Order: sequence, then C-alpha cells, then structure tokens
Amino acid sequence: MKLKTILATTALATLMAAPAIAQQITVKAGVLNDRSGLYADLAGEGSVIAARMAVEDFKAAEKGIKVEIVSADHQNKPDVGSTITRQWYDQDGVDVILDVPTSSVALAVSQITKEKNKVHINSGAGTSDLTGKACSPNTIHWTYDTYALAQGTGGAMVKAGGDSWFFMTADYAFGHALERDATATITKAGGKVVGSVKTPFPGTDFSSFLLQAQASKAKVIGLANAGSDTTNAIKQAGEFGIVAGGQKLAGLLVFISDVNALGLQAAQGLVLTESFYWDRDDGTRAWSDRFAKLNGGKKPTMVQAGVYSGLLHYLKAVEATKSKDSATVVAKMKELPTDDPLFGKGSIRPNGRKMHDMYLYEVKKPSESKGPWDYYKQVSVLPAEQAFQPLAETGCSLVK
Amino acid sequence: MFELLGVPPQALFGQVLLGLINGSFYAILSLGLAVIFGLLNIINFTHGAQYMMGAFVAWMCLNYLGLNYWAALLLAPIIVGATGVAVERLLLKRIAHLDHLYGLLLTFGLALIIQGVFRNQYGSSGLPYAIPPQLTGGQNLGFMFLPNYRAWVIVASLVVCLGTWFLIEKTKLGAYLRAATENPTLTQAFGINVPLLVTLTYGFGVALAAFAGVLAAPIYSVNPNMGGDLIIVVFAVVVIGGMGSIMGAIVTGFSLGLIEGLTKVFYPEGAATVIFVIMVLVLLVKPAGLFGRAA
Repeated sequence: MKLKTILATTALATLMAAPAIAQQITVKAGVLNDRSGLYADLAGEGSVIAARMAVEDFKAAEKGIKVEIVSADHQNKPDVGSTITRQWYDQDGVDVILDVPTSSVALAVSQITKEKNKVHINSGAGTSDLTGKACSPNTIHWTYDTYALAQGTGGAMVKAGGDSWFFMTADYAFGHALERDATATITKAGGKVVGSVKTPFPGTDFSSFLLQAQASKAKVIGLANAGSDTTNAIKQAGEFGIVAGGQKLAGLLVFISDVNALGLQAAQGLVLTESFYWDRDDGTRAWSDRFAKLNGGKKPTMVQAGVYSGLLHYLKAVEATKSKDSATVVAKMKELPTDDPLFGKGSIRPNGRKMHDMYLYEVKKPSESKGPWDYYKQVSVLPAEQAFQPLAETGCSLVK
Repeated sequence: MFELLGVPPQALFGQVLLGLINGSFYAILSLGLAVIFGLLNIINFTHGAQYMMGAFVAWMCLNYLGLNYWAALLLAPIIVGATGVAVERLLLKRIAHLDHLYGLLLTFGLALIIQGVFRNQYGSSGLPYAIPPQLTGGQNLGFMFLPNYRAWVIVASLVVCLGTWFLIEKTKLGAYLRAATENPTLTQAFGINVPLLVTLTYGFGVALAAFAGVLAAPIYSVNPNMGGDLIIVVFAVVVIGGMGSIMGAIVTGFSLGLIEGLTKVFYPEGAATVIFVIMVLVLLVKPAGLFGRAA
C-alpha cells in the first residue's frame, strides 16, 4: 500500500514537472581570458566572478534558465584561444563566449564564433576592427575600443596643447589598431605624429624606446600598449626624467588594476579613458563592493564590469525570445535597449558595437586619495555618439 | 652631424649604455646558472622564479618589516639562498645521480609552482617598489640622461660578477669546488665535505638570482611573471657562453644585452628574437658555446 502511494506520487510529480523541464533552457557560457599572464588581473578570475554575479542578479533559475559557467586560460595566444574555442563549441556545448582580452585572440575567437554560429560578447579586447572591417553578425563588442580610447585620451591631450606625438606601440593587433585610431584622431584635431616604434609584446624593458621617444622631441609620448607593458613604460619614463623634462605621457589604455600596480606616486596626473569606474555613483559602488568581497578586496576593472553587463543583457534576450538560437538572441540583444547599474542606459548598433558614455579621468595625487582604490577624479564625459566611431565609417559589411 | 646607419651617434651611445645595463641582469643571472650547472650539473629552471622571489622578498621586507632597499639587498639573497639550500637538501640531492633531464624537469615544475603561488597571492599586475631615495634622479651625460639607479645596477653587478669569478677561479675554496666537480670521490677522500660544498654552491647560485631580483625591483614592477619572461633569454645567454663557463656567462651576458639594445634601435621588431638567432648561429659553429669546453 505504502509503496503504491510513493510510486503514484512520484509518477504524478514527474508528470507535473515535465512541462517545466521542457521549457527550461540551459545556457552554457564560457569565460575565456588570460588567467596567468599580464592581463590576468584586469580580466582573469574577476571576470568569472562578474559572470556569476550576472547569473545571480538576473535570477536565472527562477526564470527557467539554467546557466552553467566554464572558464579557460588563452595565455594571450591566438592558437591556444582558437583551440579552446573550437573545443568549447564542438564538444562542450558552449553557447556564448565572454570576455577575451588580447585583440589577436579576440579576432580569432570572433571568426570561429561566426563559423560555428554561436555568440561572442567581447569585453576585454580593444581593437575597433571587431566591429569594423572584421565585424561579425555573431559578435558584440561591449566595453571599450581603440577608437573610443583615441577619442578620449588622444582628443583631450591635443586640446590641451599636446600637438606632436611619438608612439610606443605594442607589436600586435591591439597596439596597431590603437596607434592607427589615435593617429586619425590627432591629425583630425590638428596635431601630428612625428614617429613611432613597435615594441615586442609582452616587454619588460622599455628604456631603449623611451630614449628614442625622448630624442624625437615630441610633446606627447603615446603608449599604445596595455597591462604591465604600460606600467613598466610609465615607471621607466619617470626614471629617465621624461615627464620632468617637459614631455607628457599619454596612457591610451590604462586600467584601474594598472594604477593600483603603479601606485599613486608614479601614476599621479595620468589622464585616461574608461567606460566604468567603481566609485562613479551609488549603483556602481554597491555592485563593486559586492564584487570586491568575492575578489580578495580588489575592485573591478571595466573589463570585468563589461562581462557582467554583457551576460546580463544576453540572458535578458534569451528570456525574451525563449530561445538560444544565435541569430534570434543577437537580434533581440540589438533590439532591446541595454540598462544596468554599471553602464547605465545604452544600445547595441547593427555592427555589434555596444554604445554607452565614456569617461575621461585623471589619476589623483597621493594626498587627494582617501583610501585604497580611491584613484580617479572625473575630467569629462564623452557622450556615446562622440566616443564611438560613426557607423558609416566603420567599414563593417553588416551596415548597409 | 654625421649619422651612423640613420641614428645620431649620441643616441647610439645612450643605447649602448642601456644595453650594458640590461646585460648586467643577464650576466648575474647567467652567472648563477653557470655556477650551478658547472658544479652540480643541474639545469636550474627555478632560477627565474628565484629571481622573482628576490624581488618579492625585498617588497615584503619593506611592507611587512619596514626594512629599506639596502637591508633587502643583503637580506633577500640570504633568505632566498636559504630556501635554495632547503631545495637542494630535500629534492635535488635525491636525483643528483640521475640524468640531467630529471633535474631540469624537477626545477621546471618547481618554478611553475612557485610562480603560481605568488600569482594567487599577489595577482599578476605587479606591486610598486620605489627607487631608494639615495639613488633617485640622474646625470645628464650630454648624449643621454643616465638615471643614478641604473648606473648603480651596472656597478653592483660588475662587482658581484667579478667577485664570484675571483672566488671560484682564484681562491682555495674555489679550487676545492672545481676539484669536487672534476672528481667528487677523490676530493672527498682528501677529507673535503663534498655534499656540503654542493649544497652551499646551489644556495650561492640562488642567492645570486635573488640579488638580481632586488636590483630589478625598482626598475620593473615586482611581478610574479618577471622571472618566467626572463629565464628563457638567460638560458640562451648561458648556452651561447658555454654551459658552466663562469667567464663565458659574464662576458656573453653583457655583450648580448648590448646587441639586444642595438637591435631595439635598428630593428625593434627583432629585439625579442635576436638572442635566439645568435644562439642558433653560435651552436652551428661552436656547439659547446663560445667559452665552453667540448665534452
């Protein structure tokens, strides 16, 4: 008798649960980034934490969406990144790849994502080619790009009188794109580029190149690099008396993790462009405090914030379409306005470019900082339409 | 003013000097490797990690103990050298009688573990370490601005390199060491404690790496990856100089720094590979390296 009741109840429960199971969508999201090299602090495990927070905040489980997050280290090598991407798509059933700093890897991942018809939401890479000549219907570029960095820092420096430039460019896709975009901005604003040097990536000693930059007599030395390349270059420029000698340094891409590594003594006065700063308003502060608790006290970088915001928007589109078909979801993502506490209101352009305001910050003096991670003061806001490349100029084949 | 291959000679002098400064790091590190290989026959792949540990111990001395750069310059090699002694006693000793390859794999694995631990603990973007106040600023040499600290690096590394060479080639202790390498059994029969000599030699080689690490800390940020990036280049330097040759390590260290510096001026894209190109050429012509003795 008892056994019968149990069996009957179980059967009934299974029957009742069946429709719910049929409706449930399982999404597998892969966070692919540098977890051991020079970009591990600005992306790395922090991006995985941000992705988990997005799933939690979206309350995915309550909405019938089961989200599984996997992660891997691409070591900043396009071949390693490509292998992982193929394995994720072909064997592990990954639906969407997030983050992917290092432009050369990002371009490869974007290409494979297109072939396999999946979704790539890039937060970490810089090259504006991702939504320009290499644009893809499957890729959305979220956080920043080289065009916006050039507009922000480059534009501001020329306006402040820095009309002759010498570039120190990291010798790979990102550095080249950044130098190209910054050169365009500088020339447009009436300045000129007097020289440039391609530095091996990643590098440790930049003194040779700094000496060449010093000899060029350019008013501004543009650092078209990132991560520890930038921090080492800034540190060594101080040592060689470059700033004391009257030349200015323009860190075209400086993350808050870099400023933390440099210390305010070395970084003070540096002007930089970011799309996210943890201390901007109550919303960013509340989110960043939660993030820091999970990340050993370290505040989020804009890359990590972008992973959160990108995944959140993806999940919204999955919920709205009740599907994870790439074309359907991406179309919905582009149709829905974006809105979250980190980047505010925005949208996604047909070429996959996520639009939001960018901010110009200046690094505080040690005396102005009230505590750990209190590093920036806001100089100005660049409205999204000015910060990012006009759609017609991108050269993206998706734009008719 | 005349130009040499499109570069003004003044700028060239500056680059030569910079090359020598980088060369001094190569020299100390490859010297440590050569000492260890020469006397222990161990290809010490942990060397880069030990160099990084030197920089981190300097940072810890400052931030946890309040000890300045000069104290760290003395303490860090001793502390890291002591860990080297422990590694030799606990691990390397047990595989001393096996093929080189085992030592290489063991030390390589150890390096990965040490780097991983530091990366987990301190992140990958590095920690700030300031130049000591006595050495800030620099001299205007006319053709370049030479930071005082870099001048100090050249002097310190030359002194340490020549001191080590003198110790090994010209003193009684050095003679014991060399005898122990040639014929350990016979040397032991003369009443010399060979295992102790071997342990102390490894500790000394590791201390040299840590010393270079402290020297590097104010120039490069203190970073868990700093050794991993450098070690391959340093190995190339050792191979070019001749494995185990003390003088070879010092001379090729400085001269390859110089060649690399000049490549940065004439063909910057090639700067990362020039040392390996030279390595290939040297090995084709002299397989034992420039200063090495054919086995």
